[in-house]
Amino acid sequence: MKPLLEVRELSLSYHTPSGETPALSHISFDLMPGEFLAIVGPSGCGKSTLLNVICGLLEPEKGSVLMNGTPVSRGDPRMGYMLQKDHLLEWRTIYKNILLGLEIRRQLTPEKLFYIEQMLRTYGLDKFRSARPSQLSGGMRQRAALIRTLALKPELLLLDEPFSALDYQTRLNVSDDIGRILKKENKPAILVTHDISEAISMADRVIILTSRPATVAGIIPIELTVENRTPLSSRNAPDFKSYFNQIWKELNDHA
Amino acid sequence: MPELSPAQKKYLLQKKREKYLVNISRILLFLVFLILWEISSRFGWIDSFIFSSPWAILKNFAEMCRDQSLFVHIGITLAETLISFFFVVLLGIGTAVLLWLCPKLSRVLEPYLVILNSLPKSALAPLLIVWLGANIRTIIVAGMSVAIFGSIINLYTGFRETDPDKGKLIATLGGTRRDELLKIVLPSSIPLILSIMKVNIGLCLVGVIIGEFIGARQGLGYLIIYSSQTFKLTTVLMSILILCVIAMGLYGILNLIEKRCLKHS
Ligand SMILES: Nc1ncnc2c1ncn2[C@@H]1O[C@H](COP(=O)(O)OP(=O)(O)OP(=O)(O)O)[C@@H](O)[C@H]1O
Ligand SMILES: [Mg+2]
Repeated sequence: MKPLLEVRELSLSYHTPSGETPALSHISFDLMPGEFLAIVGPSGCGKSTLLNVICGLLEPEKGSVLMNGTPVSRGDPRMGYMLQKDHLLEWRTIYKNILLGLEIRRQLTPEKLFYIEQMLRTYGLDKFRSARPSQLSGGMRQRAALIRTLALKPELLLLDEPFSALDYQTRLNVSDDIGRILKKENKPAILVTHDISEAISMADRVIILTSRPATVAGIIPIELTVENRTPLSSRNAPDFKSYFNQIWKELNDHA
Repeated sequence: MPELSPAQKKYLLQKKREKYLVNISRILLFLVFLILWEISSRFGWIDSFIFSSPWAILKNFAEMCRDQSLFVHIGITLAETLISFFFVVLLGIGTAVLLWLCPKLSRVLEPYLVILNSLPKSALAPLLIVWLGANIRTIIVAGMSVAIFGSIINLYTGFRETDPDKGKLIATLGGTRRDELLKIVLPSSIPLILSIMKVNIGLCLVGVIIGEFIGARQGLGYLIIYSSQTFKLTTVLMSILILCVIAMGLYGILNLIEKRCLKHS
């Protein structure tokens, strides 16, 4: 099978008047169609930078990112990006917030609007469509942000610590929620996190990065022995703990 | 509504009484001031030729209303203020948007804006009269000159303070800087724009009066200067009182617009 995304030998440094900060160094990996990748690494190692390069917002100094064999461009329509905060705009209703991407890309077509209707109904946001973001719970806001991203029908979803602004209980529920939604919509995704449990519970493979400049310290395939695997049920798998210890050790060896 | 507890009722009643008391005191203060003024000028404690008196001002007001000359002055000053305010809004927002779109340009222009803003604008008025002539246009420009630089600086600073992550959101959705401006920066700056404009309408009035002082044949500024030169101090005081009312009225209107707009968003 051909990979959906090929990341080859990425290197990048930030340049500021006070000096040069190498952030990424020779990073390579593949992502298969339908696969869920998680990237873990110490804080400040360059995880967000990596995602920004993958979606084309930042040019790498060396290396390339190919999606289905073609290089990614700035604001690539094949990519959907979910940021750390939901960034729902308070002066728009939930529905209008969800339309934001379609407005910008001028894709307010009947079929896209229909797709949104479906998602609104399936994911329980229908009755909040004319509410303001501040009237919603953290979990519901995250769902709205996800629908805003999915509305553009991206082929690959990038998630940059999308749950880290939530309290622990909400976080477990929302990550379970979003994991299920992505499975249901059959979207491949790359999740950046520094929560090891979250990575194991959601991902098919976990990529471990070293501290700055980030290099790939190891790639661990996750095969948990549970039926109907969901993020929450994964946490009860008997082999969850050994994966946790393995990743923990790798992270510490390279910190 | 749920039934209020007696303690809550008592608290609300007390609040209401407090507010009532403040309002009454304000009105009383004003009345006491007027009465004292009237009495002291009647009994010759103050020179009624220089300090006039409320009653004289009122009579003067009625007289000038009757021969309609007052309405012309008020109308002219109001029109000039509103026109210069309109241009300040237009040019202020336009320039701030331009600066936001070209950060390099804004870096070049920044020191000039700061200097122009801190310059006492009344110093410009005589120059404007010479350059543009003693006409309404000059006075409108004088009105604008007081407000425009400050509003550009404040608007631009506000625009720049919008969350950069929101800009990133637009970029991830495939948007350009123009999308960021239209979907993020401008909508999020509406409260700022309104509050800046609330201040600016008063500044425009200041500039218009300065302009009328030196280069006009009509308007309240002219009326003040003309009357003071002919020692009609009653008319001067009356004009100042009318200016107070105008300033309050304009501010009040913008305040209302602000409240209305913010409620909807
Ligand atoms: N625009 C920039 N200019 C200069 N240095 C930057 C810039 N952005 C990030 N950096 C530096 O590059 C390094 C990597 O940043 P990045 O945000 O990618 O890390 P991260 O792994 O996402 O961190 P976190 O865990 O805090 O989210 C950091 O040390 C940061 O200080
Ligand atoms: Mg980050």
